[in-house]
Amino acid sequence: MSGLSIENISMRFDLPNGSAVQALKDVSLNLKEGELMSVLGPSGCGKTTLLNILAGFLAPTGGRIVMNGHEVHGPGAERGMVFQQGALFEWMDVRANVSFGPRMKGQRESEWGANVDHLLDVTGLGDFKDKAIYELSGGMQQRVALARCLANDPDVILMDEPLGALDALTREKMQGLVLKLWKETGKTIILITHSVEEALLLGERLLVMAPRPGRIHKEYRLPFADMGVNADLREVKKAEGYAQTREEILGMIWDMEEEIMGRTEDAQ
Amino acid sequence: MIGLMILLVYVAIFILSFLAVRFLVHKTTRDFTSLKTVTFGDESAVTANRWASVVSVVTIFLIWGSFTGSALVPGFLHAPGPFLGETSFTYTLQAPDGQTDDATVHVKVAGFGQESEKFEVPPGDGFAKDDAVAMNASRSATILFDRNDEVTRKDGANIVAIDGEPIGPGQDIRTPAGSFTLTDKGAISFAPPKGLQMEPIWLPPPEAVVQRMVEIADEGYRDSTLWRHLGYSLFRVIAGFLIGALLGIPLGYAMGLSAWFRGWFEPIVEFMRPVPPLALIPLVIIWFGIGETGKIILLFLASLWIMAIAARAGVSGVNISKVHAAYSLGASRWQIMRHVIIPNSLPEIFTGARVAMGVCWGTVVAAELVAASEGAGMMIMVASKFQLTDIVLMGIILIGVIGFGIDILMRKAENFLVPWKGRS
Ligand SMILES: Nc1ncnc2c1ncn2[C@@H]1O[C@H](COP(=O)(O)OP(=O)(O)O)[C@@H](O)[C@H]1O
Ligand SMILES: [Mg+2]
Repeated sequence: MSGLSIENISMRFDLPNGSAVQALKDVSLNLKEGELMSVLGPSGCGKTTLLNILAGFLAPTGGRIVMNGHEVHGPGAERGMVFQQGALFEWMDVRANVSFGPRMKGQRESEWGANVDHLLDVTGLGDFKDKAIYELSGGMQQRVALARCLANDPDVILMDEPLGALDALTREKMQGLVLKLWKETGKTIILITHSVEEALLLGERLLVMAPRPGRIHKEYRLPFADMGVNADLREVKKAEGYAQTREEILGMIWDMEEEIMGRTEDAQ
Repeated sequence: MIGLMILLVYVAIFILSFLAVRFLVHKTTRDFTSLKTVTFGDESAVTANRWASVVSVVTIFLIWGSFTGSALVPGFLHAPGPFLGETSFTYTLQAPDGQTDDATVHVKVAGFGQESEKFEVPPGDGFAKDDAVAMNASRSATILFDRNDEVTRKDGANIVAIDGEPIGPGQDIRTPAGSFTLTDKGAISFAPPKGLQMEPIWLPPPEAVVQRMVEIADEGYRDSTLWRHLGYSLFRVIAGFLIGALLGIPLGYAMGLSAWFRGWFEPIVEFMRPVPPLALIPLVIIWFGIGETGKIILLFLASLWIMAIAARAGVSGVNISKVHAAYSLGASRWQIMRHVIIPNSLPEIFTGARVAMGVCWGTVVAAELVAASEGAGMMIMVASKFQLTDIVLMGIILIGVIGFGIDILMRKAENFLVPWKGRS
């Protein structure tokens, strides 16, 4: 049985002052191999917590994660992670960063060299392989993070707002790159974002989460990611249903934010 | 008085050179900073003015040379020096019977540290005879004027005036020749004008310090050459620092990675951190004596806590995303240690090492001041007991230069080894 299944995951943080935060409650989900899912939700609804549980950095207080038939108990190389920023190794050049996974497995350069160079080319880093990380722009750094994750050949790629720190133009280019890599490698991808547009473009499946407790609010199946693989993303935005879905989701999140605001105002 | 004058001269040079550079130099340069309209409060617009640095250093040597009568400073810049050469004054001796007679005292004043050669003068007439006195600049001489006189103090004669000015026992007068005091017993204490220059035993001129350095580099001081003294100090610092780093860095890592280690060592480290290493010198001497062991242990203790704290900060400073990323890429604990935690902590460790080297260098000199048979500190301590101010100054300058050199080397090493510092 391949794929990723999330079974009744709950996460409760007990705070030092005695109260508790229910960050996730009864979240269940199945991901098939090669699926691309984006996750949206107002901040604080438990997206990062869910991703950390999937990656194995956090043990849930209830439920379990099953990956390729095995229960997840910690981090593993079959679940790769792309962070928003700050996760690259500044003391290595670009190529050393990208080849980190294979090197840690003890592979020789003859084994990983070709694949790493291919990934560097695909991500547009071919001319930057000997550069230091701090010499790269934010967009370039995220390309390195993507390539590094892919070079390790994980089954699932988990991304927590990977493009969140980039400017609009770079971001659009990177969205295209993510789609291209998804199609080329056939990886299962979960991508968290706070941009509705990005979620629409980069999600075969789109999950909207709601806060307090963090739960799945609504799920969409969308055609835009498949369209985007071959077409200009700007054209996709003009596609039928795009604007309508966007408005619907925006409204949904608006309402949730309003509710949160209202509640905090009541509390004051 | 002199101090105040030097301060005034210094402030004057500060202001005048500022104005001079401002009007002569600054206007001709045009770079990006000169286009900024807001510079006050913009730290990045403030870079050290190289002209100021040069003038500052030159000024120090100029003032030093000027107030020590240095040969390196042109004569017209010298502060007024002490009187040198020949002078004379007359004293009026009154015999018990009321008769008075004048006699002249011829004085030859030799420069600092020069031999003052005795000489003779014809006695002249009258019952008070002329005298000859040889003395050194800035000293006072007690002149037993009546050794050759026909009527002496024993006979009841006494001096009533010098250069025509009346004077009695215990009184002072000042004439163009210098200042005079009659001692209680009636002898003349004479001091020619001292001028404003410092005596070499207080402050030798720069060239004397250089000359002494050449001499000691050649012949050594206290059974060791200069290089040996400095080498000993350096060796102690490096040995103590290396042992401290060798134990302190792993200790800091352990404290950053294990709750048990942190709990165990935190009270010790937090207690030892504020204890100045200088305060440990007496205890180290009691326990280990004044030999090499004691000094190296002292420096080891001085650097141990600094390095442990730096390494611990380096570990705590790792962005957790990096560790998570490494785990997700399949790295083992050891690989994460080797490829993430250690390199990530290097900038902190370098900062710690720079601080530790500075502290060690200061501590070694202090420890050698207290007790040692070689070393830069010992050299200046012993020299100070013999008033060899030139050696003391030379030692201080060399200690400063070496400390500065160590820091520059550490910074170079840092730039080379951790180029990513402060850029992530
Ligand atoms: N380590 C933690 N301790 C306590 N509360 C936490 C912790 N991590 C997250 N939370 C809480 O859980 C909720 C979900 O957080 P998070 O997953 O970061 O949200 P999101 O990523 O959707 O913005 C928030 O209310 C947050 O305050
Ligand atoms: Mg988050």
